[in-house]
Amino acid sequence: MSTAMIDKTESGAATEEFLDRPDFARVTREVRPALPRYRNELGPFRVHRSSACKQCGRCAELCRHGVHTRPEGYRLMVRPFDYRCTGHECEKTDACCLQGCPQQALSLTVNPAFETIGDCRWTPELIASTWRMAETGQAPEPGGECEIGGSGGGFDRIRLKFAASPPEGLRREEIGTEVLLNRRNDARQRLKIDVPWYGGGMSFGSTSINTILSRARVVTAFNTLTCTGEGGYVDRLIPYADHIITQVATGLFGVREETIQRAPMVEFKYAQGAKPGLGGHLLGDKVTPPVAAMREAVVGVPLFSPFPFHSVYSIEDHQKHIDWIAHVNPKALISAKVSTPADVDMVAVGSYYAGVHIVHLDGSYGGTGAAPNIAKKNIAMPIEYGISRVHRFLVAEGIREAVTVIASGGIRNPYDIAKAIALGADGVVIGTSELIALGCIRCGNCESGCGCPRGITTTAVGYCDKIAIDWGTQRLVNLYSVWREMLVDILFRLGVESVAALRGRSDLLYHLDYEAEE
Amino acid sequence: MPDKYHIHTELAPHRFRPVGKFGIVDWREDCASCHNCVKRACAYGFYREEADTLRDEIGYLDYIYQCKGCLSCVQDCTKGILTRVVNPEYNRMGDAYYTPAIILATWFQAETGRVPVSGAGYGGPFTGTGFDSIWTDMSEIVRPTRDGIHGREYINTSVDIGRKNDHLIFENGELIASPPLLVSPLPIIFEAVPERWLREPVQEVVSRAARQLELFSVVRGGAIPDGLSIANDNIIPLLDNFESLSAGAFASAGMIMVPDRPLIGAVISTLKEKNPEQIVAVRMEAAPDSARRAVELAGKGIEVLHLLFDSHGREKASAKPRHARDVIREVHCALVKGGMRDQITLIVSGGIALPEHMAKAIICGADLVAIDIPLMIALECRMCGECDRGERCQIELEEIDPRFARERIINLMGAWHSQLLELMGAMGIREVRRLRGEVGRCMFFEDLEREIFAPLFGKRKAGSVSI
Repeated sequence: MSTAMIDKTESGAATEEFLDRPDFARVTREVRPALPRYRNELGPFRVHRSSACKQCGRCAELCRHGVHTRPEGYRLMVRPFDYRCTGHECEKTDACCLQGCPQQALSLTVNPAFETIGDCRWTPELIASTWRMAETGQAPEPGGECEIGGSGGGFDRIRLKFAASPPEGLRREEIGTEVLLNRRNDARQRLKIDVPWYGGGMSFGSTSINTILSRARVVTAFNTLTCTGEGGYVDRLIPYADHIITQVATGLFGVREETIQRAPMVEFKYAQGAKPGLGGHLLGDKVTPPVAAMREAVVGVPLFSPFPFHSVYSIEDHQKHIDWIAHVNPKALISAKVSTPADVDMVAVGSYYAGVHIVHLDGSYGGTGAAPNIAKKNIAMPIEYGISRVHRFLVAEGIREAVTVIASGGIRNPYDIAKAIALGADGVVIGTSELIALGCIRCGNCESGCGCPRGITTTAVGYCDKIAIDWGTQRLVNLYSVWREMLVDILFRLGVESVAALRGRSDLLYHLDYEAEE
Repeated sequence: MPDKYHIHTELAPHRFRPVGKFGIVDWREDCASCHNCVKRACAYGFYREEADTLRDEIGYLDYIYQCKGCLSCVQDCTKGILTRVVNPEYNRMGDAYYTPAIILATWFQAETGRVPVSGAGYGGPFTGTGFDSIWTDMSEIVRPTRDGIHGREYINTSVDIGRKNDHLIFENGELIASPPLLVSPLPIIFEAVPERWLREPVQEVVSRAARQLELFSVVRGGAIPDGLSIANDNIIPLLDNFESLSAGAFASAGMIMVPDRPLIGAVISTLKEKNPEQIVAVRMEAAPDSARRAVELAGKGIEVLHLLFDSHGREKASAKPRHARDVIREVHCALVKGGMRDQITLIVSGGIALPEHMAKAIICGADLVAIDIPLMIALECRMCGECDRGERCQIELEEIDPRFARERIINLMGAWHSQLLELMGAMGIREVRRLRGEVGRCMFFEDLEREIFAPLFGKRKAGSVSI
């Protein structure tokens, strides 16, 4: 295989050339509305228009939130977009449709289904605000509910210390959000991403091709990266190759010479935060024919990625591993994705000396397509601790400036990003928030049967086409755009001129459970 | 290589309609009777068959238990007449410790014997009280202390019950035989069935399940279930009054349990006279002075100490009872300090609701745990408490089919065994004996806060989270 791959056959070379940045692979950062794909989007309230309505259009004139609309040239009102309704807040204003309706045809009720979605970490409000961001590309009204979750610890109890007034001379448009990924000063490319986050690994098989392509397209627009996960490198990703990280995990699915060679960065997945020390598992039902073909496996047979790499039992082995990839692709950066055990600081230092550019810490509350509940809840520590422990240890070792620390596992919004960076990370990896933007409600059924009935984490015929690539891309473009804007705003209010300058500034944080002077 | 310990599980569906969390409700008067009703598109087929099930009464119709809550139908319905609610009956089950979520998870394991698996990251609180304020560690690949190449099938979960001398003992130049030792293939024994659940077949079912699993079961008083023998069926008679001892009826038991009392040494001598090979366990309620008493008992040569906590894992104390987490650590450390840890086996019970509690109790210093309530939940108990109020048992426990009941308990233990292996595999620990007191393989919430957050944020407010 290898020699054939080095001097490519003519047809193979032609394919790669054809796929080399074609027109369709250009994606703009332009924000455009991307309406929810479900007919009844969930919001905290439901607005009902009774048959008493005379179609006068008064409600559309009054409503500031786009609940009531009547497109030009139409006589009838559109069914209320009640997920946009702010409910009782709005009732206090004179823009409220309930009082404004001359026929009293409108009524407002609390939506009982809304309270049943989400959980402590992703509250219904947080999910809904992410949906709104993905729909409109606009920042939500500032306020607690869309900035934090309800887990009662970590990021949810940490707050940012905003300056009373931003320092003079600081301008929003000059605030930098790029992150340098290669700090080793070696011969490899000095890769910089425009926003301080990139996409986490989600394999083809665990997620649908349309989800994968949507994620690949948005990172192309925002000049950042996303990761193949451990499911092989789908050919349709080749046009976005400059932004695709190839993951090398223990099952070695899709690890080939050409997939290593075309990647700007190669990620070794040693462990995953949601199930540290357990390896990966794709359940049989999700091994559909295309997935089986990609992974060179049998349809319907569950696929395990063992834990750990059976070729790595020491730091020297780890180094050999890295040398192998570094040799196959002399330009690529190397990242080691590790979980957060008690000695995560030692792991980070060891990885650095083994030659990685990026230490990627995946905290214990990170996402997964399937994991034992006992592992998700109990094994390894939350990322908030991991970041700080690693950062301080690397500083003490005098190598902090030579390695990039990336954090993941519970990053839900720009506030979490700012907090993670202030605790000591250089950037973060996101995953769940992107899926939320595509319509996930965190029902947790990704693993059962043929996968997600909502079309996100499935490859089953009839489900995976519930997401159109254009729609998915636009939702994510909107999300990325508003996140960047919000992050710039946060930096501005903190009085910090760039993401790089925020790193390790834990003095800009306070914790509600601590008595520190503010 | 010796045979691997394997628990064979078989599907054992509920006898009674289980209580589920979510249900889809609709307002039919608004229904447009579309031909492409969203219920027909149910990815799991539950609602697709709704009409047929209603008509033909096939099986138990329980969307509230089966509904996966993907909300596809709710969000796609043309008229928007569907919504989802949390089943109020679900919220009423259990108590603050045995939460509805724990009950549902236990039912699932008892039904299928499988480890509960789900997608998406953990959605629970950041930390909790008691065992929930501990994270177990994992062993990253580069860790030099890793046990080497082994799969989970090589992890040994058996523990010894009894006294181990820490050196060889000679008398008149002859090696004295070691004290008797029993081996349990799981660090679990089945506690005597509590009064509330003690109906006709229940104790027998529990004891027979234990026998089949090669585990031990505690049986209160002389009430040995029919057909089971004290000598051969892993039964530990629990003798509350000394009078029954004289009968000598229990001399053939491999292990016997007596409550702690003054002059316990004399009681034990009496028992040992009848059968020197019998292990005598002393049972006592956990209290603020448990550590002192444990050291005292170990000094007297007591072989096994069974420490009882209440069902929420609390010690018996008038003010601010501590959680088992802290008491076990104190007792364990006191024994270690006294140089007699291996001379006594520590069993703890109460508050062990989940397999992770078992692992964490062992990390805190227990040798094994004794469980009762999870077994009753496996038998479909809803913890509704109606029996306490004199009402009829909703699941007709007295009528339970012994085979079915045994299978449910075996399934639950199968799932617990697998989950213990998951945790130990991640920790890189090959023997549950080595997990005992191994706090290096876990992280306590307050330690992490103190080591990592306190230098950044100052002093933690008193009482901000009670542990």
